[in-house]
Amino acid sequence: MFRYLIRRLLAAAVVIVVISLITFVIFFALPSNPALLACGKTCSPSRLAEIKHSLGLDQSLATQYWNFAKGIVAGRTFGDNSVVVQCSAPCLGISFASDTPVFQTLMQDFPVDLSLALGSAVIFLIVGVGLGVLAAVRKGRLADKLSVGFALLGVSLMPFFLGLVLLWAFVDKWQLLPAPGYTPITQDPVAWFEGLILPWATLVILFLAMYTRLSRSSMLEVLSEDYIRTARAKGLPRRTVILKHGLRAAITPIVTIFGMDFGYLIGGTAVITESVFGLNGIGKLAVDSVTNFDLPTILATTLFAAVAIVLANVVVDIVYGLIDPRVRLA
Amino acid sequence: MSTTESIPEQKPASAAQSGGGENLLEVNGLQMHFPIRQGILFQRQIGAVRAVDGIDFAVKPGESLGLVGESGCGKSTTGRLVTRLLEPTAGSIRFDGEDITHKPVTKMRTARQQLQMIFQDPYSSLNPRHTVGTIIETPMRLNGINPEQGHKKRAQELLEIVGLNPEHYNRYPNEFSGGQRQRIGIARALALKPKLIVADEPVSALDVSIQAQVVNLLQSLQEEMGIAFLFIAHDLAVVRHFSQRVAVMYLGKIVEVGNREDIYARPRHPYTHALLSAVPEADPDGGDRERIRLAGDVPSPINPPSGCRFRTRCWKAQEKCATEEPPLVQISGNSAGHLTACHFPEEPSITSRDEDVVLDPALAALEESAGSGAAAESSTGEADKAATPEKSEKATDKD
Amino acid sequence: MAIELSPQTADGTVPSTFLDVRDLRVHFPTEDGLVKSVDGVSFALEKGKTLGIVGESGSGKSVTSLALLGLHKGTRAQVSGEVWLDGNELVGLSEAEMRALRGEKVSMIFQDPLSALHPFYTVGNQIAEAYMVHHKVSKKEAKERAVEMLKRVGIPQPDRRVSDYPHQFSGGMRQRAMIAMSLVCNPELLIADEPTTALDVTVQAQILDLIADLQEEYGSAVIIITHDLGVVSQVADDILVMYGGRRIEYGSAREVLKHPEHPYTWGLLQSMPSLTGDVHAKLNPIKGTPPSLINLPSGCAFNPRCAFKDRVPDGRCTTERPELRPMAGNEKHIAACHLADEEKAEIRGTRDKTDRLAK
Repeated sequence: MFRYLIRRLLAAAVVIVVISLITFVIFFALPSNPALLACGKTCSPSRLAEIKHSLGLDQSLATQYWNFAKGIVAGRTFGDNSVVVQCSAPCLGISFASDTPVFQTLMQDFPVDLSLALGSAVIFLIVGVGLGVLAAVRKGRLADKLSVGFALLGVSLMPFFLGLVLLWAFVDKWQLLPAPGYTPITQDPVAWFEGLILPWATLVILFLAMYTRLSRSSMLEVLSEDYIRTARAKGLPRRTVILKHGLRAAITPIVTIFGMDFGYLIGGTAVITESVFGLNGIGKLAVDSVTNFDLPTILATTLFAAVAIVLANVVVDIVYGLIDPRVRLA
Repeated sequence: MSTTESIPEQKPASAAQSGGGENLLEVNGLQMHFPIRQGILFQRQIGAVRAVDGIDFAVKPGESLGLVGESGCGKSTTGRLVTRLLEPTAGSIRFDGEDITHKPVTKMRTARQQLQMIFQDPYSSLNPRHTVGTIIETPMRLNGINPEQGHKKRAQELLEIVGLNPEHYNRYPNEFSGGQRQRIGIARALALKPKLIVADEPVSALDVSIQAQVVNLLQSLQEEMGIAFLFIAHDLAVVRHFSQRVAVMYLGKIVEVGNREDIYARPRHPYTHALLSAVPEADPDGGDRERIRLAGDVPSPINPPSGCRFRTRCWKAQEKCATEEPPLVQISGNSAGHLTACHFPEEPSITSRDEDVVLDPALAALEESAGSGAAAESSTGEADKAATPEKSEKATDKD
Repeated sequence: MAIELSPQTADGTVPSTFLDVRDLRVHFPTEDGLVKSVDGVSFALEKGKTLGIVGESGSGKSVTSLALLGLHKGTRAQVSGEVWLDGNELVGLSEAEMRALRGEKVSMIFQDPLSALHPFYTVGNQIAEAYMVHHKVSKKEAKERAVEMLKRVGIPQPDRRVSDYPHQFSGGMRQRAMIAMSLVCNPELLIADEPTTALDVTVQAQILDLIADLQEEYGSAVIIITHDLGVVSQVADDILVMYGGRRIEYGSAREVLKHPEHPYTWGLLQSMPSLTGDVHAKLNPIKGTPPSLINLPSGCAFNPRCAFKDRVPDGRCTTERPELRPMAGNEKHIAACHLADEEKAEIRGTRDKTDRLAK
């Protein structure tokens, strides 16, 4: 297991380095001149050269990447004589738009996405798998048809529509909930919870559909396995057969997809949900940085999303090893 | 390992085998070691699965050589090596006078056409998107064979030869049963007028009543078309029926080879005895056969036992068996061409012996307690004792 | 011995034999039609005896065994008939009542132990689980029992191997573990469904002997389901030959193998190559392929493949389903064939002659 773990982590590190390299090259080697963007609309050639120099853009691409990478590990100082901006490790650059280190902004926005992802994931995973198992066990009967139909309905609703409907119903019409927003959990757990109920609900409805269908089909497949027949032949109660023997095996493909989705969510891909409910998450940060041509922020958010997904996959691999001894002992 | 020594040692054996007439297929010192790699960043080789570990045999034109053994003995790997689906680690393969050991399939002139293979699984070996006609014609087209009567006519002829309706030319494999699919596979192999067909477990996936149909078909092909066969199977009765000569493999080595009568009526190697005695016969009166029950399973080919590989399951094993690998030779009392690799060969008979050989600890314990009612209580203790000596060997089949 | 004539009426009277199956039917409704996997099968078995059920794929032999365990309950399968085990009728039992018997009174060994054992749980866990579900014992006691069972079936170092996973066992050991699991509660009826098909021949011999020896020790009744007449000949007292979901021949193993009465059984025996017979004689296969269970041939299900149907007058083989009837001179050997005894004798005569000529 240890060897397996080390191998997975090393592979993940390699992937992250490669991703950072690719994103870096894409953003800084592109014909658009970052210095020109940073310089603003009224820009003299001398000012441009100065900025170019302070951003290190007059150096070779390799040196630039090296400095960027070094910045992540050891921090970095931008500019030389006139303006000096300190960017402590891990430094992902200074935002052109706000002149603050990007990493700081990222860390401010991250708890929003983490709360969104964690809260919704717990619900859609438990409810989705539960419904899926129920549907599989009662295949062809009413419970199956209802849960499948419900799942189909959920997947066909777009979050901006669903979110707006929920907002209108729960906040404006019935006034059951306060306007959604993010309050740090350390500050006021109740406000944190109340403010996130609707965003969670939106994400849950969105993902629930897929997880119900996925766990239904996975469970159906497992239930037709020989070892399930063996479990029944031993005289085990139905509940034990389904939960101990069936679910444990059926959960494997779900873990894979879940790892991917969770990475996406944390990485700020729930951007539509964020903007519908006015949450300042990484998704919104990324969108804003694109509209502002804020290259360091674009780079940082892209990299962040990539790292989130890669790390989520490492976790998936570890969970795999815990579930399946054949992986662990191979 | 003593492989470098064992090859020259076995050379005279293979010469003895090929004594009469030209050989169609000649295999010498053939080895296939599949590397096992492990490592965190860089994979390095930490061992090898010695699937085939230095074997010699020859097949004469029109002859059927049966290759029998249990799973993991290397018989299927041998078939794949001969048909060049695998690259051998060492040794040589000569087909029809041409050395094809390392030749890419595309560079082989005659062998490519004249050496065909029939596979075990009639379901996965036919492309489901091609019609039967296409499946049979493709090898002809690829090899630039243009029969006088045209490809379609020839394919229909072949269908008829293998006992299928020529009108089914345009059907797809899924419209056929397992036995019929195996016939299609045979027709495809026949399309190139092969001199040798390597048949890897061609009937083991089929129902009993269908098995016999296919065996009969192969037999008539062998007789009427003079095709030689390398017939690989685990079913000793089928092999006996189909092959004039038989080689018994165990853990990557040939332990005994000879004419059908030698192997089935006068076997000398203890493993051949064990194999034959294990075959269940549908004859309630077949009680005069010897009864040998080995213990455990075949050890791992990753770390085969030293000396004679069968010694860990053999009732006659002595120290010599662990230190010295027995050569595959004609031992005294055997007819020419009957070679056995054993230091302490058995009597050349398969009729029952004075006492059954029961090495399986559980069986021995149960039978002992059944034999003497008083000893029933100590039966588990006996099983324990019997199990002890083979502990070290059993650990190997864990992987 | 209770060889039963067909159709054994399911009349609800309590039988005296240990296992008495009467007119068992298992039908599966599908989109293509009703699949009659088992269609009126009856047999009986005493404790300490072994019945071999022989048939090719689709003959209904495995479906029969699942029906004995009540594993069709809760599926679409329609099961009718009676299964009397030790005075209790099983077909009418509720799932909960049947569950209490599974593994405890009736247990099963499946064909492919790699897929029949759960890959995520240790062998010991799976055996202990089978014990705990029917016995009020602690986990520790159950594990000790598992070790004891592994030792009994000949797994070396059982106290260590008990914590291994199935994939760490070899094929033969997996089947031993499976046997240990099925015997952990001392069942009175053991059903083995192709227990050795996935195994090598030397291991097959060990496992068959093991089942036979354990049966002797535990005194249980055993049903062995197989396609291999060689296997049944080694272990069975009685043989039931199934074809297309029906029984076509039933009798003592010796009678069925030595004096087979049904052309299908003849065919099976003649298509098997043997280790001792004449090597130059061609095998005598049964022509054609096993029938579809949705559309069984009318009359005798075997008639399209039968070489002797012309010997029966008026084409009865294609119109009239033959009843199982006792064979001349032996009430306990029954077969479902229209062929007159004289015809059979004649066919046998010519066959023996050709056999002798071939030698």
